[in-house]
Order: sequence, then C-alpha cells, then structure tokens
Amino acid sequence: MMFDVNKIRAEFPILHQQVYDHPLAYLDNAATTQKPQCVIDALRRYYEQENANIHRGVHYLSEKATAKYETAREKVRAFINAGSEREIIFVRGATEAINLVASSWGRVNVKAGDEILITELEHHSNIVPWQLLCEQTGSKLVVAPINEQGEVIPGEFERLLSPRTRLAAISHLSNALGTINPVKKMIELAHQAGAKVLLDGAQAAAHLNVDMQALDVDFYAISAHKMYGPTGIGALYAKEEILESMPPYQGGGDMISMVTFEKTHYNVLPYRFEAGTPNIAGVIGFGQAIDWLASVNVESIAAHEHALLDYATQQATAFPGLRLIGTAADRASILSFTLESVHPHDLGTILDREGVAIRAGHHCAMPVMEHFGVPATARASFAAYNTVEEVDALFAALKKAQDMFA
Amino acid sequence: MFDLKDLYMQVIVDHNKSPRNFHAMPDATNKAEGFNPLCGDKLTLYIKLDDKKMIQDVSFEGSGCAISTASASLMTEQLKGKTMAEAELIFSRFHDMVTSDPTAPANTEGLDKLAALGGVREFPSRIKCATLCWHTLNAALAGDKSATTE
Ligand SMILES: Cc1ncc(COP(=O)(O)O)c(C=O)c1O
Repeated sequence: MMFDVNKIRAEFPILHQQVYDHPLAYLDNAATTQKPQCVIDALRRYYEQENANIHRGVHYLSEKATAKYETAREKVRAFINAGSEREIIFVRGATEAINLVASSWGRVNVKAGDEILITELEHHSNIVPWQLLCEQTGSKLVVAPINEQGEVIPGEFERLLSPRTRLAAISHLSNALGTINPVKKMIELAHQAGAKVLLDGAQAAAHLNVDMQALDVDFYAISAHKMYGPTGIGALYAKEEILESMPPYQGGGDMISMVTFEKTHYNVLPYRFEAGTPNIAGVIGFGQAIDWLASVNVESIAAHEHALLDYATQQATAFPGLRLIGTAADRASILSFTLESVHPHDLGTILDREGVAIRAGHHCAMPVMEHFGVPATARASFAAYNTVEEVDALFAALKKAQDMFA
Repeated sequence: MFDLKDLYMQVIVDHNKSPRNFHAMPDATNKAEGFNPLCGDKLTLYIKLDDKKMIQDVSFEGSGCAISTASASLMTEQLKGKTMAEAELIFSRFHDMVTSDPTAPANTEGLDKLAALGGVREFPSRIKCATLCWHTLNAALAGDKSATTE
C-alpha cells in the first residue's frame, strides 16, 4: 500500500483546526502523538457498549471486556515480537515500566558495590529510578558520555561495562536529540559483561521497528500515547524467566491466586505484576493504536518521517544563526535546535501564534542541556501525519521570530 | 485576539537585547539565585542596601528568555533608590497586573515602565517568566539564597 499522507491526516480529527487563524502544524509528537479516529472510537465504544471489570465477572460484559483486554496484550506482543504474552505487563507508561524494573528486579538483584550503567542522553525517567535504587542499595550510577554529535561514545560504553555492572539502561531513541543508539551492539556488549539490559523505547516504538527477540533485550519500556494511543497506558516487556524470578511490584487484587492472613499465593504471569483494576479502556485503545500503526506500517512511517527530517535538516543548516543540537549519524524524527538571539521559550510562544506547535525546554533531559551548554532547546518532532508544508510553516515562523528580535 | 506585539513590546525587545544593570556586584549586601525549572531560566540578583534599608544599587546576571531578561532589567531600573517597603508594594502591584483578567484593562498604577509587561497576562504560560526576578528579589531581601517559580 502506498503511503498517502493526506489519507492519514484525514484520520486525525484534531489536525483539522485553525490555531490563531493559522492551520495547526502539530510538531510536538515526541511529547505525545495525536490519536486517529479509530482509537477515539474504540475508547468510546468501550464505555458505551463494553464497560465491565475484567478477570472476575461471569457475565456477558465482563467476558467481553476481558477478551478485548487480553486481545490487546496479544497485539502488543506481536507488534514488538515478544516470545509470549506472559512477557507483556500493562503499566501506566514507560515511566512506570522503568520504575517497576528498578523496584522489583532491582531490589533483589542490585547490591552495594554494584553498578547501573546509563548514558548521558537519558530522559529523567531513565535516570531518577536508578538514582533511587542506587541510594537504597548503595550501588553506583555510572554514566556513559556522549560526543558533540550527541552519540554515546562507543568505546566509552564498552569501557564502563564491568563485572560490577548489573544493568545497562539505555534510551533506544533519544527524545532530546533524536539519536538512535546502536542498541543491538550495546546489548551484546552488556550481555558479554554479564549485565542485563533495559531499553527505554518510549520514543522508539512509533518510529523504529522494534523486535524483542532479534534484540535479545531483557526489558523494554513503551508508552501508548507516543504511539497514537491513549495517555496513561503503556507496557513493560520483560523476558519470562526474569519475570518469574522477580518479586511482586504492587500488592492487591488480580495479582494473587489465593489470599489468607497467613500466606498469599501470587498469580501467574503476567497478572502477578498487574495489581488492581487496570486502565481497561486505555489497554483497548492501545490495542487499536497498534492495529493502526501496523496497518499503516512502521517502516513506511519511518521512511516518511525520515524524508521530513532530511528536508528540515537542510533548511536548518541553511538558516542563519540556527544551531542544531544533536547531529548523530543515525537519527530519527527529532529536530532539536537553538536560535541565536531568540530564546527557545520565546520561539515556542511566537511559533504558537503562527499555528506551529513545538516544544521548548529541557525535554526532561537536563544533563543533555548541560552537555551542550544550553538552558533549553526548541524541538520539532515529526509523526506519520506531518507534511513538507508544515516544515515550511516552521521555518517561516522561525524567520518571523528572528525578525521580531532583530 | 491577543497580539504577539502585546507581549513583545519594543521596550521588552530592547531590554532583552541590552539588559540594564546586567553585571555581578562583589560588594552586594543581599544576593539570591532564581530558577525557573520549566524553561531553565536562571538569574542571580544582587542588592546593596544602605543602613536605612534603602536599595542603593541592584543588578543581575543570568540567562533567560526575553520576558524574564527584560523583566529583570526593568525591575532593576525601577528599584534603585526605593525602600524595601516600596519595593514590596511595587511587586504586589506588578503581581496583580500580570495575573489579572486579560479581558479587562490592566491596572498599571505606580508601575511606570513595568507596565510594558502587562501583555504577559494574555500568555498564561509566560507569567512565571515575568515574575521570576521578583520572587528572587523577595528571597534576596528576606535573606534566602534561592527562589524558584515552582
Ligand atoms: C525517551 C523517553 N523516555 C521516557 C519517557 C516517559 O514516558 P511517559 O511519560 O509516557 O511515562 C519519555 C516521554 O517523554 C521519553 O521521551
């Protein structure tokens, strides 16, 4: 099937509006993507026709809701090519997925003197949970530095792996720089050093092909809302044998098989890690978003976004006073930059009045800002529905901002 | 519709480009750092109070957006020669102006050039940029070392 951006745009009702008398150019997709009509319909259908609690009712609606919930799990499994549905745990998002690993796996596997290796380009959600774990256990956080292009220095990552490294936690695709880390190689190196690997796939999942079995990764974290799905839902992938060895994360209903005051028997995977009534509508919407992504095809989307990024990068390079932040050889969907004489925050406001939505700030990656010696950057990030005209609108607005401050 | 020109008045563009009193002050009696975690704006405010608690001199350093830089620059101009009590009164008036209902005319009484920041009312996400320096001033006068907009 041919990739037709107009056909795709037609599926996103929110895109067809004017913002301050300009057509909306939504270029803040790394923060969250918009939702296609089919996802909105799935949420609505759930509440209109299917709502019931799952895994515990014998009535018609409960069975229907349970079936839909579990079907969504299978969709996630297939989308990331995990070996089994038992390896897919529904959580609130990438943040909770990482915290789950830090508190459950970390609690029993990380001891004083051990090391957790992360990289300098991580999102705060792949830094802070490890800092907390290090404080609790007396282990050490080790950071693999990046170079001026915003790439993790390969020799450094390898050098910092040691017999003390218990886990390497790495962003698959950087939200602040657009860098695609060479994760396959990094996973191999970490495994050789005897460490487990967690990939933060929050950005990657909607832009790159992700394959759990090909990567041989131990943990993978994703957020539905960055994949054209609802907010407040995501998934943790973890290898089954690792999950089997992990203590429960939260206690409550659904994660048990039998409770007495003397002893509680825990439920089987994946339910052991899903305490309480989950975000059922969110999971169903997530499943629908994955159907949508798979039908459009992630590789076609990636090719489209890549063309936009190339086009935008060319414009950016020719734009006087513009400094690209993040020029890695392998990059996807993100253009991060600063403009001489206009602070990113002012750019954000001025572009907004031109209908162009971008993000200005530190992108929850303050260490990256520090590395490049900037307080903040402006970031345009692309998705399946963005167009060349929107990139043009971005640069026209940048020009306007520059003129205003001239 | 609110116009960008309401926010980026010529005065603001000018003070952003060439901020006044933009330097360190080694003999300051009071000093505080201000930080806006949302956009990474950072400033250090220096004050020299005389024995009558009058602001003899005031200056700042740091990096921030045009609104926060211009606001700090205009503030320092306004505060020289004022007593602490007068400074507090100006802050309270300024605060009222930038947080007031944008559909009603702004009350700029006693605010002088600071009235240029009235447009901020129309841009809720930018109010903290304009007030950062004032929160930092409060901290400095109270003898605190830092202030944030959070
Ligand atoms: C690279 C990266 N990791 C983690 C997260 C956190 O995702 P969420 O807020 O959905 O939990 C984000 C979202 O901004 C991200 O970009």
